[in-house]
Parts: sequence; C-alpha cells; structure tokens
Amino acid sequence: MAFARLAVDIGGTFTDVALESGDGARLTSAKVLTTPAAPEQGVIEAIRTVLGIAGVAASEIGFVVHGTTLATNAIIERKGARTALITTAGFRDVLAMGNESRYDQYDLNIVLPEPLVPRYLRLPVPERLDNEGRVLLPLDVKAVRELVPLLERERVESIAVGFLHGFVNPVHEQQAREVLAEALREVPVSLASEVSPEMREWERFSTTAANAYVQPLMARYLRRLEADLPALGIGAPLFLMLSGGGLTTVETACRFPIRLVESGPAGGALYGADVARQHGLDGVLSFDMGGTTAKICLIDDYKPQTARSFEVARVGRFRKGSGLPLRVPVIDMVEIGAGGGSLAAVDSMGRITVGPESAGADPGPACYGRGGRLPAVTDANLLLGRYDPQRFAGGTMHLDEKAARQAIAAVVSERLGLEPEMAALGVVEMVDENMANAARVHAIESGKSYPGRTLIAFGGGGPVHAYRVAEKLGIQRVLVPWGAGVGSAIGFLRAPIAYEVVRSLYQRLSSFDVDAVNALLDDMKAEATEVVALGSFGAEMTETRIAYMRYVGQGHEIPVPLPARPLGAEDSPQIRAAYDREYTKFYDRPVPGSDIEVLSYAVMVATAPFSFSWSASERVVEAKAGPAVRQQAVRDTVTGDEADWAVHERADLVAGAAVRGPAIIAEDETSTLVGPGWTARVTAFGAIELQREAA
Amino acid sequence: MDTAIGALADIQKQVMWNRLIAVVEEQAQTMIRTAFSTTVREAGDLSAGVFDLKGRMMAQAVTGTPGHVNSMSESVGHFLRKFPAETMHPGDHYITNDPWLGTGHLLDLTVVTPAFHNGRIVGLFANTAHVIDIGGLGMGPEGRSVFEEGLYIPIVKCFDRGRPNETFFDFIRAGSRLPVELEGDVYSLCACNDAGARRLIEMMDEFNMPDLDGLADYIFEHSLAATEAEIARVPKGTYAAEVFSDGYDETVALRAAMTVRDDAIEVDFAGTSGLSSRGINVPPAYCRAYSSFGIKVVVAPEIPNNWASLAPFRMKIPEGCILNAPRPYPVAVRHVIGQMLPDLMMGCLVQAVPERVAAEGASSLWIPPLRGGASISGQSRSNRPVVADFEIVTFNSGGTGARPALDGLNATAFPSGVRTMPVEATENVAPIIFWRKELRPDSGGAGRTRGGVGQIMEIGTTGDLEFACNAVFDRVANPPRGRAGGGDGAAGRVELKSGKTLRTKGLQIVPDGDRLMLMLPGGGGMGEPSERDLARVARDVRDGLVSAQEARELYRVVVSRDGVIDEAATAALRGEVQ
Repeated sequence: MAFARLAVDIGGTFTDVALESGDGARLTSAKVLTTPAAPEQGVIEAIRTVLGIAGVAASEIGFVVHGTTLATNAIIERKGARTALITTAGFRDVLAMGNESRYDQYDLNIVLPEPLVPRYLRLPVPERLDNEGRVLLPLDVKAVRELVPLLERERVESIAVGFLHGFVNPVHEQQAREVLAEALREVPVSLASEVSPEMREWERFSTTAANAYVQPLMARYLRRLEADLPALGIGAPLFLMLSGGGLTTVETACRFPIRLVESGPAGGALYGADVARQHGLDGVLSFDMGGTTAKICLIDDYKPQTARSFEVARVGRFRKGSGLPLRVPVIDMVEIGAGGGSLAAVDSMGRITVGPESAGADPGPACYGRGGRLPAVTDANLLLGRYDPQRFAGGTMHLDEKAARQAIAAVVSERLGLEPEMAALGVVEMVDENMANAARVHAIESGKSYPGRTLIAFGGGGPVHAYRVAEKLGIQRVLVPWGAGVGSAIGFLRAPIAYEVVRSLYQRLSSFDVDAVNALLDDMKAEATEVVALGSFGAEMTETRIAYMRYVGQGHEIPVPLPARPLGAEDSPQIRAAYDREYTKFYDRPVPGSDIEVLSYAVMVATAPFSFSWSASERVVEAKAGPAVRQQAVRDTVTGDEADWAVHERADLVAGAAVRGPAIIAEDETSTLVGPGWTARVTAFGAIELQREAA
Repeated sequence: MDTAIGALADIQKQVMWNRLIAVVEEQAQTMIRTAFSTTVREAGDLSAGVFDLKGRMMAQAVTGTPGHVNSMSESVGHFLRKFPAETMHPGDHYITNDPWLGTGHLLDLTVVTPAFHNGRIVGLFANTAHVIDIGGLGMGPEGRSVFEEGLYIPIVKCFDRGRPNETFFDFIRAGSRLPVELEGDVYSLCACNDAGARRLIEMMDEFNMPDLDGLADYIFEHSLAATEAEIARVPKGTYAAEVFSDGYDETVALRAAMTVRDDAIEVDFAGTSGLSSRGINVPPAYCRAYSSFGIKVVVAPEIPNNWASLAPFRMKIPEGCILNAPRPYPVAVRHVIGQMLPDLMMGCLVQAVPERVAAEGASSLWIPPLRGGASISGQSRSNRPVVADFEIVTFNSGGTGARPALDGLNATAFPSGVRTMPVEATENVAPIIFWRKELRPDSGGAGRTRGGVGQIMEIGTTGDLEFACNAVFDRVANPPRGRAGGGDGAAGRVELKSGKTLRTKGLQIVPDGDRLMLMLPGGGGMGEPSERDLARVARDVRDGLVSAQEARELYRVVVSRDGVIDEAATAALRGEVQ
C-alpha cells in the first residue's frame, strides 16, 4: 500500500495543510492560523487537524513536504540575525551603493532599501583576485583573525564572506572561513562562492548577506520541526520546498535557507502546472489574485518558467529596483500591486488609479463594514453586481453595498462626474488593465506571447477578473481549478526532489575550451546529485544542463539547453545554432557576424515530478446544467450596460455541465465570472473551463 | 444614456493612455535586453517614446534618463521635416546622431520608425541610446569642433522597407573602434521600435481606433491642465539663482531668472558664461531637457512626460552662451554642465517652495573614459610592456543634496537616471583593476539633514601599466552648496596615487606603476547642523561616514567612535541647559 503524502504551507496569516492518500484518490485539506512566534506549533496543529478530518494515522504518512514564508518575512520585518559581512578591502560599501541609481526618476524624496548589514559590520580585509581568479593580493589572514574580538564584542550571530571574483576562485573565502570557524565555533559562515557563485558583486554579496541573515533563525526552526514530527508519530522524512520549484533536505535547507524564500508562491505555480498537466495544456499563464497582490507565471510544457534572480522586500510600492536583489534559482513570477483590497483613487490628470496601496485585511474594503472609507477593488466589483452581498466568503461576511457606494462616490465619482456604477466600472477596467500590462511586459522579458495560451485562475480574485484579463491578453480559454484554496500546498505534493547548481565560467564560443567546461559541468552534476540523492531514495534522476549565453558585449544572457553528456569540439557549431534559434525566438533577428560568449552554466538534477497518471483524454458526457439559482443585475465593463446574469452554484454543476455567459458561478471562496461571449463547462477534474467564442 | 456613453468613452481613453505608457515601456525593455553597449544595457542610458504624426510626444517610457527627455521629444520633428510622414514605408528606420537634431552629442543615436495600421501611417516610435564609441576623439572634452568628436550621421535611412542600408552600415563599421557593438546597437534600436509599433497596432485593433488623434488630444488636454494646476500652486514671481561649474580651464557661471506665471514657468539664462573652445558646450535642446526635468521634478513630478506636460516650461537661452552651443562647437561631454541645470532650477525654486527642493549635489556624473594600449603607449617594445588595447566608460556618482526631511543619497545618480556597472563586469571586458570603490567619509555636507556622501575610486590596469583618462569631472573647484544653513559637500579631487593633482578635464596619462584616484563630491547639507537629530549623528559616526571630529565641530555632538553619545558634553556644546 502506498503511503499518504502531507504538505504544509506557512503563509503570513494561515498555515495550510493538504493530505493526499497514497493512490491520489483522496485529498483532505485544512487551514489554521499561523503562529509567528513558534511557527512549528501551527504546523503541528494543522497536521493534527487534517489527520483528524481524514481519519488517517500519523504512521501512514510516508512523505512530508514543507514550504514557508518565514525567511521572506524575517527579511521584510528585519528580524534576522545580527550579521557581519567580511569583504575585499576597498569594497566595503557594495551592499549600500548597489547600482548607484534611483528606481524612480521623478521622486525627489525617494528612499532606498537599507542593506541587511550596517556599515560598521561590513568589514574589509586586504585580498584581491582578478577576473580569472588569479591572486593579485594574497588574503591577509591575520587581518581576518584580528576581526574576531570585534565580532564577539558586537555579538555577531552570523557571518557572510564575499570577495571580488571569489566565484571564480573561492580560495580566499575558504581561508577566511577556516579562520572564523576556528575562533567562533557557534557562528555560521556563508560564503558567496557557495551561496551564489555568479558574476556581479552586488547581487552576489546581497544574496550571501541575506542567506547569513536568515540562517540561524531558519536552522533553529527547521531543527525544532524535525524533532517535533516524530513526537507526533510521523516517521517520514521532511523535505523543504525551494523557490526554484524543487524539494530538498533539511540539511541543505539549513545551509542555504535563502533558497526557500519564495517557496509558497512557487507551490502556487506548481499547482498551476499540475492543473495544466491534468488537462493536457502545454501553454499556460497562471494568475493568482489575492487581497493585496496578483501573481502571474508562465508555464510551458507543465513546467513553470524559472529565473535566476528576483528582489525581496521592495520599499517602493512594488517598483522594480526598490528591493534587495537575490540571485538564486526561482520560479519566475511577477507580482503586481493589484488585489481585492487595492485602493482606487483619481490622479491629477483625472485618471482612475488602482493600487498598489491596499486596504489590507483591516479595515479592508469599505463594504466589509469595518470602518474602511476608501474604495477598493472589491467595492467596485460589488457595485457592478459581481458579488452577492449575502454569499461572500461562504456567507460568513455580509457586504455593505451602501458603504461601497459611498466610498466610490466620495473618492472617484465626484472628482470625475461619473455615476458610482460607472466609476466602479472604471476601477475594475483599470485594475484589469494594470494586470494585463504587467503580464505583457513579462512576456516581452521572457520572449513569449499569449495567443493560444490558457489562463489558469485562482485566489479569491482570480476567477472574478480572469475572463476580462484574458480578453485583454488575447487569450481564448480560462480554467478555474478545484481546490484552489490550498493550491500552494497541493503544488508542493507535485514537486520533484531537485537541486540546481549555477556557476560562472566566462568563455567565448570561438575559443571554447571543451575540457574546462566538461570538468565544470561534471563537478556541478556531482554536487547536485549528492543533494538530490539524500532524498530520492534511489529514484531515477534526470539531468538538465543550460548555458547562459549572449553576443559578445550584449547585456542579457539567454538560456540555451545543452546535451546532458560530455561535450566534444564538434558540438560548438550546434551550440551556436541553438543560441541563434533561441535568440531569434526572443528578438526576431540574429545579429550577423557576432561572436558569442558563455557566462555561466546551470545543472539541474531532479527526480520525476510526482504525479498520478491522469487519464487526461477522459471524455466527459455532455451534462445539462441545472437551472440558475437566481438572476443578478450585473454591469458589463466593456459596454457599460446592465443586464441580468444567471447565477449558478458551483456545487450544483457536474462534470460536463455547460453554462453560457453572461453568468456567474458562485462558490464559498470566490465567484467565477462567465463574461458575455464566453461559455463555461465543468471538466472531468472538476475545473471550470471558460471558452471564448470567436469574436 | 448619453452620459453613460460619454463616461464609458472617457474611461476607455484613460485605459488607452495607460496602455500607451505600457507600450513604450515594452519598447524600452526590449532595448535594454538587446543592446550591445554597456552604456545602454548595464547603465540604462536610453529613452523611448511614441509620437503623433505632428511629431508630438504622446508617451515616454519611465525607464530611461532625463537628459533625453525633451531632446528626443524635439528630435522627431526634425526627422519629419527631412522625411515627411507620407514618404515613409513599413519597415523603414531612420537614424541620426546629429547633436542638434538629436540629444546633444555624437555618442547618442536616435532612431525613428513609422508605425502602420491598415496600410496607413498612424504614429512614430523613437528611441535614443548612448553608445560606447562612434570614432573620433570619443567621449571627452578635447575636441575643438564637433567634427573631431566622431562620425557624424545626418538623418538617413538605416533600413529601407526592412532591408538594411549596407552603405550606411559599411560607414559606421569603418568609423568606430567597436564596430560590432555599434552595428549591434543599431539593430537593437530598430528592433525595439518594431516591438513598440507591433504593440501599438494590437492596441488600435483592440480599441477599434482608426488613428491616434483622439487619444493624443485627450492626453495633451489632461496633461496640460494638470501641469498648469501644479504651476498655479507655486507662488508667482521672478527668482534668480546661479551655480558654478569648473569649466574646461576657467569657471563657468550658469545664471537663470525663473518667472512663475499663472500657467507657465519661463527661464531666462541671461548672464550665463559664453561658449567654450572645448566639448563642454551644451546644445539648446539638452539645456531645455535638464532644465525642464529640474523644474518638473519639483513642481509636477507625477505627471507623465509628453509634449503637453513639458510645454509650459519655456526656456530663453541667449545666443553665444554655453547653454546654446551652435554647430559646429564641440559638445561631446555636454552632460557635465547640463546635469547641473536641475541644481540651478532648484536654486530658483527654493525661493518659492523651499519645502520641496533639495540642496545641490554632485550632480554631474563622474565618467572616466579610460583608454589604453597602442593608441596611448605606442606599439609594444621588448623593453616596455604595453597593456592590451581597451576603451571603456563607467558611470559613477557622488552624493545627492540633502532633502528637507531626508538625508541626501550616498553615491547615487541625480539628475541622471543611469546605473553603474558591476566592477566584476567591467574587469571582464577591459584589462583594468578597480582597487577601491567605496563611500567617502566626511564628504556629505553637514546639516539638519546631511548631504549624501561621495565615493572614492582607485583605478589601475593589469600590471599597473600606462593608460589614459579622458577626464570629465566637475565640482572640484566649486563644491555642491548647502541650503538654509547646511554646509557644502566635499569638493571632488582628481589625483595620481603618487600624489600629483590632475586636471579635471582632458586627456591625461597615468604612467606605469601609478593609479588614478578619484574622490567624488558629496552633496550639500540642509538646515543647521547643530539641529540634527543626535541619534542620526551617532549612527553616522559609528558607520564611519562622519568622523568624531566632524561630529563635534560641525554637528556639536560629542560621540565616541562606537556611536555612544556623551549627553552632558553634547548639551554643553549645543548650548542647551540640561
């Protein structure tokens, strides 16, 4: 008998848990409040709860996977360890100077993010390597030793070491660690050459400092949790969700906790990928819209798009460049300040603006009746008739339409001379437009496009806004899966055991040193395999190799797949051809005559993603949808006309049932809007599929 | 229901305006990702925008740098005069680097591309990017006329109905030290306009727009009204100010009298120093660009850049002054004076809206164009090794001026919008070593709010072999001034490591065994230093950004190097009774 599998996702407010039976036939979920002071308590409670509901014994669990925002929150709230950075003399301020620019050209009162390590703990020591790793100035080991009294006096809890070009030759960083480890046994040391061995000193040092900053906290927490699980009767191994979409062991997570930062959202993307696989959709955009933000992710061939860097703790209203850069493998998601709580306003040009300021959960949108006076997206949706005031959040919350109307009238209508309903229409159109614009820029950055894709919508707001966002992106099909309330946790259950190693090795293709590259790739494969083997229990592993290449002198590298075998001299023309192909995909035309340079390589070793063999082609019999439970007057955001839309209960719709738009399919957590010109059908897996008729 | 229809139309126009700004942002992002020159891809020295058929800018990408704002905006009109819209075809791309028709020096390429919808031309996309090399003397002040400064490209077609103009490409490849990068950049500029045009057409289809006229009117009407409303909030009057640049060989005075009217702000630059024989002269479009930016960032920062939102800022620039350089005066490093114009504008505006302006900052980017190899040292001889040939530009910033409620920013570009390049990336493309690049203590002007501190750089080549620096530095003789009792920022310094002081402008040799030392200026302070919050002073001392001695002498705070304040001694020093 197959063992049951358990996933736990700690979010800022809730800890979600999902339990799946060994045959995949039964999924049970639960939510408890997160316990920030001792997060493992919430986890234990969530596990007890879900075991109780499912009637499953702890001993039946064969696999536990865990994702958490704790590391991210520690950085945002500045609650990490007292961290020092030991760095190359002459470069004390790399963290503070960043790229010496302002993320907003027109804000004279701009505030830049504070580095995680203050200047008095950024400690320079004499040493210098050149760009090929040759020693220009040997490390002054004595200078490192002389820092010890200061580190003790300042009660430093964690140390980052980052030297210029240290990723090419880590010898100085390793020497520094030896000295520190000897003198300060209890203080963990993070080396830049291990945490993020890639060119660009600001990003590498920032990542290393962040790793050191969250490490003591995360290690303590993970060790406690690891100890608590057996006490609960769970003998199964614990795995951690990585921001790049793979799973790893507690051991690795304790060394490189920075790789856990975006694990919750990564679970959401994996959930989207799983739904895509179920339905056989090879081109997808996942769209998760919650209370304060919306997140989008491109998913091709059931694999979420990945990236190698992102920013955490943005100080400038989600503005790019206003956060701390982290260079680790991540699932590439764009976060937009657009959610149900996003506030509407009117700017000095008489334009409606939405977000990124949010009413949050407290007081929340005006219609929550908790004293909020400012209009939010939820208020606008309510005024357009898109929500049933009695049905919101499963009927646990009664929405105050009058308060919504007053808020919109006061802030938007009066300024613009619009009826409140039309003002509400403007608010909803604008937030949909903002999300679509962000999605379009993301596609440009990714060299992708939207026609032919399916939008997979979840989160409280996703199904409400999906059809209109799809229209704006030229997308003809939307899928609203079942079980989206604990989507991230379900996504964790589908993740492979995987680890990605990235290293830089600068070469030109015209003078490609095959032996050096093979040696590096073998080394990387060994490192990744070792990590994966800790958790794969002999399962078959696959290896993916990527080279990051660009035309000599050009700015952005593009990933080019390499064969997972030793390269020969004869591979060079093929690599060039592969590069030209990928380049043309992004930018239309290759540049004739340019040499190509390779900057770095990634090797990903993974077990197969965990999934059940869905009979994806399973045909559902056409079923008749029951009659609408009622009619609701809804204003269409395209024409501005109000009409009766049929309202169906999602629970009433069996697989194969079809509903022609305009209509609303209501459920406890959200409503799926079926816009005019769209038809909804329930799939074999219980998802609602919206199809747009040819316009 | 006419009002509802009117309301819907209004909302749709707002949505379209938003979309248009997203379109030009996509255009700019495409350029950053495809460009070859580090100046564009790493530094972001570019701009991108969409124009109506009258050559009026409808929207500009947020990504980019202000120096190109108004100058690129004016540029499209020049293209249309030479190549009227009705003569343009799909697949055409037009290019120039004429400093007087583009953005002020030969190193900036401007490309204009028509957008066609249903067979009709509907608008134009333009972009500007700073390339690393265009031949000639290159990035530096030494030219005595524009003809010495590099290859001069009049407005020509670089692509004709989609086909590259090979004659044009032959010329630019032959005329540049970096032909591959230059050619690649031209391709990139064209591709980015194409990306914008494609998206515009999709948008016009979606919204059923026959042309851009209605949207242009809507954008201009609302932008103008909003800008005028902001101007109306500024107390009327005429405000005069001056700032000083080190100049090439003598101090240059920049003077302005700013008159705030009901619906416009006019600036008269009478009294400004005359033209220079070297490349620090500023073409008028570039003067208007940075002056408008300096006013706008204070008066109307939220309003997007377009033809109408810039129109109420009017400049009167006398002939013969350094801010109105005529052809063929040399202009290669016009930024060094141009970037001081926001300081000049704020010197005027501080008299009207003191709570909204910053103190003077380092302002001009410190751009050391570095060159080495045969062109500097001659060919290698057996008894004297010579560094490998290289040509490189990096952008570095001093401190910005203190703000009314906030300290200035340390080592951060203002008004320029560019980013610096990672040292590791620079060392990968040229045989140079940065031995030091970090903040410069005691360089921020003292004040209730402190000026941003500058930075210190020490640069040599591999093996410390001879190289040259084509210096373009400022605020060495004329440090950034504080406001309202705040102290001046530290002046910049340019030296050899062996001690010799170098000139701030011009090509100079760093000999074998020596290195270039740059100490970038700090920003001016604001308000009395003795009113500065004690905890902030203590923190600066602990961080080593302010010495205990300066804390005592300027801020009147007695604090140990560990940041512990001696409260009694401080109170006594500040004249407060405990």
